[in-house]
Amino acid sequence: MPLSSSDISRIAALARLELGAIESERMLTQLNGFFDIVEKMRAVNTTGVEPLAHPVASIRDIALRLREDVVSEPDDRAANQRSAPATGNGLFLVPRVIE
Amino acid sequence: MTKATDRALSITELHDLELVALAACLRERKVSAIETARHFLARAHQHETLGVYLDRNETVTLAQASAADQRLARGSAGTLEGVPIAHKDIFATKDFVTTAGSQMLHGYRSPFDATVVARLAAQGAVTLGKLNCDEFAMGSANENSAVAPLGHTRPVPVPNPWNMAHIPGGSSGASAVAVAARLAPGTTGTDTGGSIRQPASFCGVTGIKPTYGRASRYGMVAFASSLDQAGPMARTAGDCALLLSAMCGPDPDRDSTSLDMEPEDFSRLLEQPLAGLRIGVPREFFGAGVSTDVARAVDAALAQFEQLGARRVPVSLPRTELAIPVYYIIAPAEASSNLSRFDGVKFGHRAAQFGGLADMYRKTRAEGFGDEVKRRIMIGTYVLSHGYYDAYYLQAQKIRRMLADDFQQAFRQCDVIAGPVAPTVAWKIGEKSADPVANYLADIFTLPASLAGLPGMSVPVGFGEGGLPVGLQLIGNYFQEAQLLQTAHQFQLATDYHRLKPQGF
Repeated sequence: MPLSSSDISRIAALARLELGAIESERMLTQLNGFFDIVEKMRAVNTTGVEPLAHPVASIRDIALRLREDVVSEPDDRAANQRSAPATGNGLFLVPRVIE
Repeated sequence: MTKATDRALSITELHDLELVALAACLRERKVSAIETARHFLARAHQHETLGVYLDRNETVTLAQASAADQRLARGSAGTLEGVPIAHKDIFATKDFVTTAGSQMLHGYRSPFDATVVARLAAQGAVTLGKLNCDEFAMGSANENSAVAPLGHTRPVPVPNPWNMAHIPGGSSGASAVAVAARLAPGTTGTDTGGSIRQPASFCGVTGIKPTYGRASRYGMVAFASSLDQAGPMARTAGDCALLLSAMCGPDPDRDSTSLDMEPEDFSRLLEQPLAGLRIGVPREFFGAGVSTDVARAVDAALAQFEQLGARRVPVSLPRTELAIPVYYIIAPAEASSNLSRFDGVKFGHRAAQFGGLADMYRKTRAEGFGDEVKRRIMIGTYVLSHGYYDAYYLQAQKIRRMLADDFQQAFRQCDVIAGPVAPTVAWKIGEKSADPVANYLADIFTLPASLAGLPGMSVPVGFGEGGLPVGLQLIGNYFQEAQLLQTAHQFQLATDYHRLKPQGF
């Protein structure tokens, strides 16, 4: 079932992307073109098949590793904020959220 | 070497040396790391029209080279001491700008080096600069870069050195061009769905992506985390083996998917002959859609392998076609999640005009991302959204396991799998840029190994239409990189496609 322009608006809202009218129109055509090639995947019988996340887990057990929740990096605030759009007093600045 | 050959190694020929030979010259002090770095920096200037470099810093490069010379003098040289390389701009670097080819990261300075960058530096490699690529590694033609390369005022398509009207492949397009045009003896790339193998094939160079988890992803700008792998590109399999050995190793504190496998010497099998090697040839890689020039070159390569004592075994990878939808669901899903970090708060672009916080996110992302990146974020957001997750994302992850199982079935009958890297040689600049799906379909032969996380490489095996190179794809079983490189090296001992160089370079 093809996507509609209201689907495009909904997805763009979820993705926090502002799309212009022409861009939305083009996106609708291109996404519907894309989902045409996806259709044959949906027909495959996958009953009883476990999803594969880490590819090497197809041949051996892979446990995603955890580490202790402790500070491991030195404090390097100046370097970490060097490419920030707006900072003040060592903080990242954003537009006022709570009035 | 005698004095006469010493002199024969004049400064103008440095760029014609293969990486392993250059490393030997540096080790034997026939040439200094400083001279070498200066030579390649001069070549970069000379060929700036190609648009391969997004950033260089001569002071940093020369300081690294000088430090390498000191270690060479002290006798404490690493395996790559003084060897100049360049990094795909996906790798975070402290001393160079890191953009991932995106306006979102225009001018971004990373506070740290990627593990792969640090590991290569630890062996003495000298960094020449950062290489152009498709934005966030999304593309097959290097046409999606949004950053103006050095010597240019706007983004430009990077040409294929073998035929300048054609694309070099992508997303590690400039990494392949830099090697083919002799601007660097070796480069790094990343491969999510074929981004090392396909440009290597299109530009007539050798490239390998290791088993998923071998190389740390720490400091690689994330595209699709369950697929992204780093790997080298160079002229020969031996060159790639030396680079790959330095790049791979566990990174337990910084990459949760990195494998607990000690670094390996991937050169150790190179000199062993191929007698008795079983080469699996999947029939699905030779059907309709493979152009005759590619089929001819690949077939001749397989015949060459038989001359070397290998045996062809027919195998089947019955779900090859499904790799396209499966990949183009999984990769955008992971991308949409990874790219949510670009919100204009902690780093990168922020829109100049906006209403509140939510509007700042929307406008920042609208301005910072290019068309292909937006498309993939939209696809990914959709397939992960409520009500669609099971039908798309989960279904794709299940078929992914079936694809991986198909490979294990095939490897019961063969040692390595061989076929074309891509159905055609490199297409013309602009030919597919208006049709994203046409680009996706051209990835059909590289996607299966990516989804299965298997090591794969491209080896130059001839030329097709337009004088453009054809690469043979070799796929190995998990952890069999050394055997893959041996297979390629033995082929290269018997052929000279990897030695040819495009005119004008």
